Amino acid sequence: MSKLRTPVDNRDHTIGKPTATVTLVEYGDYQCSHCGEAYPLIKKLLKEFSNELLFVFRNFPLQESHPEAMIAAEAAEAAGMQNKFWEMHDMIYEHQNELSENNLEYFAETLGLNLDKFENDWDSSNVTGKIESDFESGIRSGVNGTPTFFINEKRLDTYNATYESLADAVRNAE
Amino acid sequence: MQQTLLQKGTTAPNFELDSTPDQKVKLSDLRGKRVILAFYPADWSPVCSDEMALYNETLKIFHRYNAQVLGISVDSKWCHLAFSKHRNIHFPLLADFEPKGKVSKEYGAYNEKEGTSLRALFIVDESGTIAWSYLSPEGINPGAERILDELDKMNTEKK
Repeated sequence: MSKLRTPVDNRDHTIGKPTATVTLVEYGDYQCSHCGEAYPLIKKLLKEFSNELLFVFRNFPLQESHPEAMIAAEAAEAAGMQNKFWEMHDMIYEHQNELSENNLEYFAETLGLNLDKFENDWDSSNVTGKIESDFESGIRSGVNGTPTFFINEKRLDTYNATYESLADAVRNAE
Repeated sequence: MQQTLLQKGTTAPNFELDSTPDQKVKLSDLRGKRVILAFYPADWSPVCSDEMALYNETLKIFHRYNAQVLGISVDSKWCHLAFSKHRNIHFPLLADFEPKGKVSKEYGAYNEKEGTSLRALFIVDESGTIAWSYLSPEGINPGAERILDELDKMNTEKK
């Protein structure tokens, strides 16, 4: 069974308590429709398991299939440099069919980001390096498509796009 | 009929196959590089396209290991051309088309019942010897994880 080769660390974007007993890692692509479908499920999961769940999002942009996946990932990471990663992440998944460069800048403006800094960070090597290292950690951990989830470092092969498949995995996590 | 894949230590059978309507790829021309041979059942089918899409995104990492990927199926060069364009595939897809499946059969990677290549992976080393082979269960994308593990091992053994 495939395992997460790169443990969660302080470079990761997380939601939830660090003391949580269950860690759910998603490898996702912002332009992937299946990831878009998983997005509200994760929101619901975080509500239901607010005390025991730590959620981590890592980038796995399939750039050749999804031309806007990379710029969207860059925008989210750049927002992260102003502590607004999750706000941008949510904004992107809520407007998944409108991910042009102009729109991503508009999202940044809506979120009240410092736009000069945002534009500088957008294609900086810090941002692109983070995305590439996320991608490589995914490839090496057996991520073959998106979304791929890991529960406590074990790849979740029972996810079937339903809320229950995720909730069961959290309940039964070892 | 179940065949056995060629195993580690075997000399990789040479081949020359069409990659586009006017280009051919010859395995022996790639001596000095590692070659990842990814046999797959068909262009367009969902699992194969995910697998080829994944290798497409992993090319940069493969190149760090001096490795070139070649996809091989029994589809024709025209079919490969359309598929490559549609998916922006940046590595050669070879047509094991005439005589049908000849190369796949030589590698033990042919499904006689379906008349397609099996989903099988090989790494051929710099001198043309098979360093690793793997048969993936039907319908499952084998991913790149095992390939990178093997390339890591080859790097360690070389040192």
